[in-house]
Amino acid sequence: MDTHHEQQFLILNEPMILAAMISIVVGGLSIFIGLTYFKKWGYLWREWITTVDHKKIGVMYILVALIMLFRGGVDALLMRGQTAMPENGLLDAQHYNEIFTTHGVIMILFMAMPFIIGLMNVVTPLQIGARDVAFPRLNSVSFWLFAAGAGLFNISFIIGGSPDAGWSAYFPLASLEFSPTVGNNYYALSLQIAGLGTLMTGINFVVTILKMRAPGMTLMKMPMFTWSVLITNVIIVFAFPVLTVALALMTMDRQFGTKFFAMQDGGMDMLWANLFWVWGHPEVYIVILPAFGIYSEIISTFARKNLYGYKSMVISMVAISLLSFVVWAHHFYTMGHGVMVNSVFSITTMLIAVPTGVKIFNWLLTLHKGKISFTTPMLYSLAFIPIFTIGGVTGVMLAMASADYQYHNTMFLVAHFHYVLIPGTVFAVIAGFHFWFPKVFGFRLNEKLGKLGFWFITISFNVAFFPLFILGLNGMTRRMYTYSESTGYGPLNMLSFIGAVGLGIGFIILVYNLYWSIRYSPRDESGDPWDARSLEWATHSPVPVYNFAKVPKINELDAFWFAKKNNESLNDEPYEKIHMPSNSGMPFLMSGAFFAAGFCAVFSWWIPAIVFTLLIFVFMGLRSFEQDHGYYISVEEVERTERELGGDKE
Amino acid sequence: MKVDETLPLEYSTEENQLKILGFWIFLGAEIALFSTLFAVYFTLENRFGTGPSAQEIFHMPPVMIETILLLTSSFTIGLGIHAMRLGLKKAMMAFFVITLVLGLGFLGVEIYEFVTYVNEGATIQTSAFLSSLMTLLGTHGLHVTFGLFWGTAILLQVRKRGLTPETANKSFIFSLYWHFLDVVWIFIFSFVYLKGLMVL
Repeated sequence: MDTHHEQQFLILNEPMILAAMISIVVGGLSIFIGLTYFKKWGYLWREWITTVDHKKIGVMYILVALIMLFRGGVDALLMRGQTAMPENGLLDAQHYNEIFTTHGVIMILFMAMPFIIGLMNVVTPLQIGARDVAFPRLNSVSFWLFAAGAGLFNISFIIGGSPDAGWSAYFPLASLEFSPTVGNNYYALSLQIAGLGTLMTGINFVVTILKMRAPGMTLMKMPMFTWSVLITNVIIVFAFPVLTVALALMTMDRQFGTKFFAMQDGGMDMLWANLFWVWGHPEVYIVILPAFGIYSEIISTFARKNLYGYKSMVISMVAISLLSFVVWAHHFYTMGHGVMVNSVFSITTMLIAVPTGVKIFNWLLTLHKGKISFTTPMLYSLAFIPIFTIGGVTGVMLAMASADYQYHNTMFLVAHFHYVLIPGTVFAVIAGFHFWFPKVFGFRLNEKLGKLGFWFITISFNVAFFPLFILGLNGMTRRMYTYSESTGYGPLNMLSFIGAVGLGIGFIILVYNLYWSIRYSPRDESGDPWDARSLEWATHSPVPVYNFAKVPKINELDAFWFAKKNNESLNDEPYEKIHMPSNSGMPFLMSGAFFAAGFCAVFSWWIPAIVFTLLIFVFMGLRSFEQDHGYYISVEEVERTERELGGDKE
Repeated sequence: MKVDETLPLEYSTEENQLKILGFWIFLGAEIALFSTLFAVYFTLENRFGTGPSAQEIFHMPPVMIETILLLTSSFTIGLGIHAMRLGLKKAMMAFFVITLVLGLGFLGVEIYEFVTYVNEGATIQTSAFLSSLMTLLGTHGLHVTFGLFWGTAILLQVRKRGLTPETANKSFIFSLYWHFLDVVWIFIFSFVYLKGLMVL
């Protein structure tokens, strides 16, 4: 139980970590001084920290996701740098283990998830013509719990040491016996805190989409992105409790001496692998289905056609979501279940290719005979189709249990899942970022820089990851921190490193584009710069706090598009006063208590951990007794705002 | 706030309807949570290592008392909601108090049961079977404990503010939670205790 005294508290002996620590302190100090100097603390508190506005919460999610993209990206560069040459000494084995672990955790849980959830937050209420999500305060709690979890996970590498048992943290490797540092305590507790936030997001969005759609918008008239969000959140609601349990059991095994995954007293290490992937595989679809939704919106917008096969798109997503819960054992075919189990999971896994293939053909047929405009978001969507198909086809190769004995835990697998997740999720969130950016900020990102970034990212991606297929087939295993020259792995690894650097440059161009466009990009135009189809484009950009001055009335899919073409209005009635939720600092403060409790628990400082946990319950009690009925925006104020924003919008 | 008089108080505003649906979905997540704990228990129930087995430690009398207390409390909270719908604030409060007292009794017996186990040398660290048993029971017990505080907070609000759409909504949602804990207990009673005592 008490292992923390035999290890370092602050990690000071690694020059790289020391440099990172210093830069964090300097960066933090300069932000603090800057905010104080420009007197922005009040602004930050009033407009952002206490906000319950889904658009601002979405922006904060995406901001954190971008920062995490760079943190995870630096991890990736270090890994590729270390393996670029045989017998390289950039990282030692321990440091390499920590880095591939944090890379995986951060990219999946603190980059892909929040980026998706951020876009979900910004777009979904607008697409269904709602004024906010069903539970705006809960939404703020979700974000701040996620931020607390991300913060806790990220400080691990300077205080106490990062987890080093891989992002899947298999037992017995992740047990106290084989991972004696606090690293895996951080893993269990930070994911627990962030996961609670995600579960609340799941509930919030299911209710929002089921109950708050604009009048006339039946389920089968919803935009495809909203459909994907609905299905994703249903998966979240049923998958995340499994993670909650798995992480709790991990904490208990490591810190309270229980025997769930132990090697003696009846424990079963494979139980962890099963629990982890019962959550973990649906998690893959949690990050991919909204991406499919984003592509559906972008492809139909820029092909100037309605989406081909709407119904089959919906059915495919439902099928994928159901199948996602019955494929988990394919992650460990080689770990000793029998022929029968392997065969069943092999078949269910291959079945997923069917609905996914349906979707690919639907996108292709949407493009067929369309008037395609090659904007930056469209370029990402077009590149997605062939690259993702390579990822999918290699997935079917891996799905064959007997063949998997050859590929299992090789670089082939690493190449496969990067070929699925990067064109699938990362391209989608970047495309969505370019696509919806003008909706939130009122101006577009520069197209020239956007396209430059696109070519850098797409080409470099293939240079970085295609060689890994070959390396894997040649027998290079994953998570191997170095190799000898005689293996012959050197040249392809060097090529992969060059690709990784290119990817890094691509992402820097992306951020530079953000900076350039904020300074120089011409301010918008209309609320609808892309001539798009769904309701989010029916209101002003930037969107006023109440979203729609008058709630639009819908009678068909893409109603906004047809209203535009026929010069009709989606609502002719007079303005009414609008009810809005009030801001609150409580979610932020409560998440602070979560962070503190989590931090103390990592080091088994139980008394302060209990005190902070009680503080969480105090906040819940205060919330229960609070009487807050929100506020009203008067008709005069709505009229004034609408005039200032330039004219009547639904 | 628009109040629809034709609906029961707890459903009468749009916000209330959202909250009730949201809570049902939360209960869906809770079902996933307890299902996982049951799955862990069923995986590990015969893996008791050198420690005691289920048959050696389960005693029926305290379990029967717990079951009767919790099932009765589920009935009384139903009566409480019925009284609430009739607008009888005092009767509603009385039934809620009885419910919470029964819940407290349940918790007392469960703590006694745990103390007995530990005194017999069956701790959460003894074997995988006991780890999973105590985690499953403990998670349910913590839910009951949380419910006691939550229910008390709602009672205080009903006493102070009367039966408003807001307090009625909270009370109704709390009753859903309490019934859910009862359902979980029925599964624990059948598939943990009765199954554990069966001689195969």
